[in-house]
Amino acid sequence: MRARSVFSAVWPPVLFGVAFLALWEWFVEARDVKPFVLPKPTAIWEQLRDNHDVILEATWATAQNALVGLAVGLVCGLLAALLASRLRTLDEMLTPLAAAVAAIPIVALTPIFNTMFASTSSIPRRLIVAIAVFFPIFINTLRGLRQIEPVHAELMHSYAASPWTTTRVVRLPSALPFFFTGLRVACSAAVIAAVVSEYFGGLQKGLGPAITSAAAASAYPRAWAIVCAAIALGLAFYLAALLAERLAMPWRRSTV
Amino acid sequence: MSVEPAATAAAAVNLAGVGKTFAARGRGSATEALTGVDLTIAPGEFVSLIGPSGCGKSTLLRIVADLVEPTVGEVLVNGKPARRARLDQDYGIAFQQSGLLEWRTVRGNVELPLGLHGADKRERRSRADELLALVGLEEFADHRPSQLSGGMQQRVAIARALARRPALLLKDEPFGALDEMTRERMQSELIRICAETSAAVLFVTHSIPEAVYLSNRVVVMSARPGRITDIVDVAIGERDEDVREADAFFGAITEVREALRGRRVA
Repeated sequence: MRARSVFSAVWPPVLFGVAFLALWEWFVEARDVKPFVLPKPTAIWEQLRDNHDVILEATWATAQNALVGLAVGLVCGLLAALLASRLRTLDEMLTPLAAAVAAIPIVALTPIFNTMFASTSSIPRRLIVAIAVFFPIFINTLRGLRQIEPVHAELMHSYAASPWTTTRVVRLPSALPFFFTGLRVACSAAVIAAVVSEYFGGLQKGLGPAITSAAAASAYPRAWAIVCAAIALGLAFYLAALLAERLAMPWRRSTV
Repeated sequence: MSVEPAATAAAAVNLAGVGKTFAARGRGSATEALTGVDLTIAPGEFVSLIGPSGCGKSTLLRIVADLVEPTVGEVLVNGKPARRARLDQDYGIAFQQSGLLEWRTVRGNVELPLGLHGADKRERRSRADELLALVGLEEFADHRPSQLSGGMQQRVAIARALARRPALLLKDEPFGALDEMTRERMQSELIRICAETSAAVLFVTHSIPEAVYLSNRVVVMSARPGRITDIVDVAIGERDEDVREADAFFGAITEVREALRGRRVA
């Protein structure tokens, strides 16, 4: 029953993907589209195969940036949400600040960070990722911590439980679904922020510089191949977030 | 001065001149939710509050639980001020929503009030198992609440309310969301559980048969302002399934219904 439902969930997108690729291949072939406009999927695949060690290396560099930035942003976002949910004054200070952080254009900040740190440093791009991650984690977790079912609030009050006990016993576990919604957004944002921040100077490592150099060398199928690697990395992060969600909330699975 | 211990024991609940006015919010005027409530519940007595929506019966229950503070009047629970009684965990409470924590197992939910007040792990576990046996759910101890039916969830909530062996149980329409058959079964179950624990019960309900079946006394309230208009003593003897079809039962129902309409001839 379970294997069957997995299968029925998987085949429509797979079928669509295969059909899409076949149509793409046919279209480029039939209309004789130039590679700098749109390369064929098979050409992209060849590049992926031939350059897989270089691409893998670049992907790993980007993954490290995204992962470190994600961890930093995650911890900061969680702590800030926890403090803001308990201290009203801090909430009033932090929430507008968090909105300001969310409005920071990553593209504009990257060159500034690059000049702040040595040109061989990975810190600027990891900082950018952390900033991009902070907001979705903070705002979602805070919302989860704030909402408490009235019946739970009354129950904990009747137990004469302290506010901190209520946070630990009720608020934190019931904030988990909200936190994981934030984490999913944050995981995708982390990879995007990492790639974008690598674009703008600094260290010549990672998927960002690899795409620029491939495009500069008119190696369009290779540039596309690297874009595919970036997509795969983003998906891997997203799926990791989904997996963590399932593992952390086993009680949610039993209801499905 | 040699009085029997039972006679000196404090009443489970003692309300004197209790009133509650909710302050005006925005442009609305202040609402008088309750006024002039006097009520005493003896140890082990089962008392129901019944009345139309807005008569303040839930507010009254929350005043006893010290979840809402009365504007005027005195509230004693087990002879102590309501706040003290809450801090001492003198009562157990159950609401219409079971309010179980979905991430805890059934046993974990029953253990919740024990864990908050420093019972050790072994003690918690044995007490939880004892309570689950009492409500007939021992084989569901390791299930999640979401795997249980509504009636079973309510039974878990009752077990949780009984965890600290309170002398008083407060119940706010605990069976309100259940179907009629489950509801009747739960009522019989509650009668049995109360007999075993000898706790006094304050029970809020919308259902006249439910109030009559369960209670020693039915407190009839009316709205605007919320107040007690009548108290019906229910004398229908031993509660078993036959009682539900006995004349005395229907007689008591009629009596409560008349009281609700405000034309009972005492």
